[in-house]
Amino acid sequence: MKKLSRQALINDSRRQFLVGSAAVAGGGLAVGLPFGWGDTQAQSAAGASPLEVNAWVVIKPDDNCVIRIARSEMGQGTRTGLAQLVAEELECDWKKVPTEYPTPGESHARKRVWGEFSTGGSRGIRISHDYVRRGGAAARIILIQAAASQWKVPADQLTVSNGVITHAASKRSTTYGKVAAAAAKLTPPDPASITLRDPKLWKVAGKPLKRLDTAGKVNGSQMYSIDLKLPGMLHAAVKDCPVFGGTLKSFDAAKIAGRPGVQRVFAIKNRTVVVVADTWWHAKSALDALPIEWDGGSNATRSSATIDAHLKEGLTAAEAYAGRDEGNTLKAIEGAAKKIEAVYSTPFLAHVCMEPMNCTARVSADRAEVRVPTQNGEASHAAMSEESGLPLDKCEVYKQDLDGGFGRRGGNQDFTRMAIAIAKEFPGTPIKMIWSREEDIAHDFYRPVSQCRLAAGLDESDKLVGLHLRVSGQSINAFQNPALIKDGKDDRQLQGYWAKPGDAQLGYSVPNLLIEYAMRNSHVPVGTWRGVNTNQNGVYMECFMDEIARAAGKDPLEFRRALMQSHPKHLAVLNAAAERAGWGKPLPVGVHRGIAQFMGYGSYSATVAEVSVSPQGAVKVHRMVFALDYGHAVNPDQIAAQVEGSAAYGLSATFHEEIIIKDGRVETANFHNYPVMRLAEMPKVETVIVPSFDFWGGVGEPTICVVGPAVLNAIYAATGKPVRSLPVRNVKLV
Amino acid sequence: MWVIREQIGLTGTKFGCGVALCGACSVHLNGEVVRSCSIPIANIKATDRIVTIEGLSPASSHPVQKARADLDVPQCGYCQSGQIMAAAALLRKKPTPTDQDIDEAMTNICRCGTYQSIRAAVHRAAQATAAPAAPRKPAA
Repeated sequence: MKKLSRQALINDSRRQFLVGSAAVAGGGLAVGLPFGWGDTQAQSAAGASPLEVNAWVVIKPDDNCVIRIARSEMGQGTRTGLAQLVAEELECDWKKVPTEYPTPGESHARKRVWGEFSTGGSRGIRISHDYVRRGGAAARIILIQAAASQWKVPADQLTVSNGVITHAASKRSTTYGKVAAAAAKLTPPDPASITLRDPKLWKVAGKPLKRLDTAGKVNGSQMYSIDLKLPGMLHAAVKDCPVFGGTLKSFDAAKIAGRPGVQRVFAIKNRTVVVVADTWWHAKSALDALPIEWDGGSNATRSSATIDAHLKEGLTAAEAYAGRDEGNTLKAIEGAAKKIEAVYSTPFLAHVCMEPMNCTARVSADRAEVRVPTQNGEASHAAMSEESGLPLDKCEVYKQDLDGGFGRRGGNQDFTRMAIAIAKEFPGTPIKMIWSREEDIAHDFYRPVSQCRLAAGLDESDKLVGLHLRVSGQSINAFQNPALIKDGKDDRQLQGYWAKPGDAQLGYSVPNLLIEYAMRNSHVPVGTWRGVNTNQNGVYMECFMDEIARAAGKDPLEFRRALMQSHPKHLAVLNAAAERAGWGKPLPVGVHRGIAQFMGYGSYSATVAEVSVSPQGAVKVHRMVFALDYGHAVNPDQIAAQVEGSAAYGLSATFHEEIIIKDGRVETANFHNYPVMRLAEMPKVETVIVPSFDFWGGVGEPTICVVGPAVLNAIYAATGKPVRSLPVRNVKLV
Repeated sequence: MWVIREQIGLTGTKFGCGVALCGACSVHLNGEVVRSCSIPIANIKATDRIVTIEGLSPASSHPVQKARADLDVPQCGYCQSGQIMAAAALLRKKPTPTDQDIDEAMTNICRCGTYQSIRAAVHRAAQATAAPAAPRKPAA
């Protein structure tokens, strides 16, 4: 192994730190540089630079084709995938494709030329593939036209490959970099008139190309928002009222007077205490030493037990919204030869992105700016405008790549609002606000708690004649978008059970089907968590399906197949997973299989899990085989990475994660009592992609909804007892 | 950790939990991997040698870094510095680790769930190190 021969010494007065000199010259300098606001992203986009061929493509004289990416990169690979789609049509040299984020302020000024920025709901590629491909194609067309005009030949006599335009007849060639300036002056073609390349002929898209953003992630040089350093910047540590809806009573600033570096101690919105200091360590240490009294108000009496009781009442309440009511389900079950009943429950969950919530803001009398890891730059833009009181054109968002989002950093811009509110107290000074991990877990928008009561009826031949499913739980829309709920009908909570094809359709046909939702809200803030309602609804439906199959004395795969004949795409992935996993073939002693299928975000997912349960009740997940139909696969390697990541996120929730509410607040504090999955528990994950090329489905979320149920069904196969409550760590298995 | 990040300005070492549970802040202290968030600066002696991700190798050339890049392991990348420091320390002690060795040594949290690729990259780095390499010129 290479020795660390190149060492430099950095003195911090008394102690010596050894660091690589190369890194200091690279990473160290980058950190120390004055990060101007807006100097690292799409500044070239401000106005229309001469080399901006169109909104999506900027070509440099050295033939580098800068591709603009409006969606956020948070690890899911959207940057690379979208760049592949643009490059596919652009016919540029893939080795010369840097990317950049346009800013929401520029987008606002240019009438949303980049469309939406929202990066959630697994929409990054499936919603924007058409217009970004047209953007790439339009750029190619005018670049070729510019060369044709220069050579005075018809454009259709020219060919292009890797950014080199050739006129074979006259043996002339030129490059994109040379004709870009002329092309930028041409009138672009009508996007609707462009014929896009048939995806089956793709050369760049659809291929397992390497990510564009790996290099900085293996040497520490990748800058996250939390790493920013700006001249004159101050640091803020915050403590929000731990009881949701509570207020600040008092704090004793005298107790931390004179602590090093502390500039100010103050409260915002009568519920958040802020310490601003020269470093975050100084701010956080002072905040920890600050005596604070809170008034929890009426919510302080609420707990997980009171919330659970509220939900339990909803399971049998007279009133509920019937999302689907087909046939006469109650009567069918009542008259069935066999009845099967069960109640399932799933807890609140936190997102726990590795980088705790943070945002850097600077506000002056006529300008507000943030640098923020956000899943939705436009939502950040709107939030900062509201909070600062400045119009959108006086506000700007500089996005940083996220350290994961998982739904935490999209519509809820609480971190942006808080940073702006703090920065308003220090006009002109950049303020970097960082939450502690404890604050991050205590103030999330949690995956909502829910319970589910299920009943099924089998006839004499063990055919399913009726299925009644009622979810009782907290509504995300009720908390975030109440206007989306009409007359108490919140279909979103029934995601995955829908009859309508295309997005999250139930893959079973049952003659008598009643699917209900009883809204039972709590005081706890809730929001989108990877997979949103499919991750719970998948558990309820798919675990209960195994219970019914067992009651019918049938193999879980065969039982499902019989119900799925009218849903060929659902069935195809189920069959593909079963085939690859070797369903029905012998397994090592003690290993059992479980299967599940579900649909979400426009994509079809199925998985088979191989699991063993020790005599002491310890579970080991050995292998998971996923099969997926996303319609179009833009980068198979990144899809596989998302499947593996979904497996880990889903297994973590299945086995470990649970937010406990006590005295109105989150009792769970850090990874010691919010354990998450680690490497040793990771099973071998295999991914089978079943592309059908007739739709565009999402990738980041769809597979999470089958992870839990497949594993739980395998545990059921191993122990003979269904697991109906998560996380598994709370359940005595043997 | 905060001295490394805020005073020295080497931000490759990350803040994840502040209580030595996630490993994002892992560095090498005298060749051993440690979680720097829970080591007060007062405990560091003048003779101690600390290596952060920035100092692991010139030009990302450590076999662990090369394997991560070759296999496109990182997703968001935030935990990767700590993961790489943990893997580098493991390989120094056990040049050809078993899966069980990796399970025991690689306890850092990755919320993106890159664990399968991390395991593959540790094995790949071990193979690259074990393979007879052509003589290299010492770094300039």
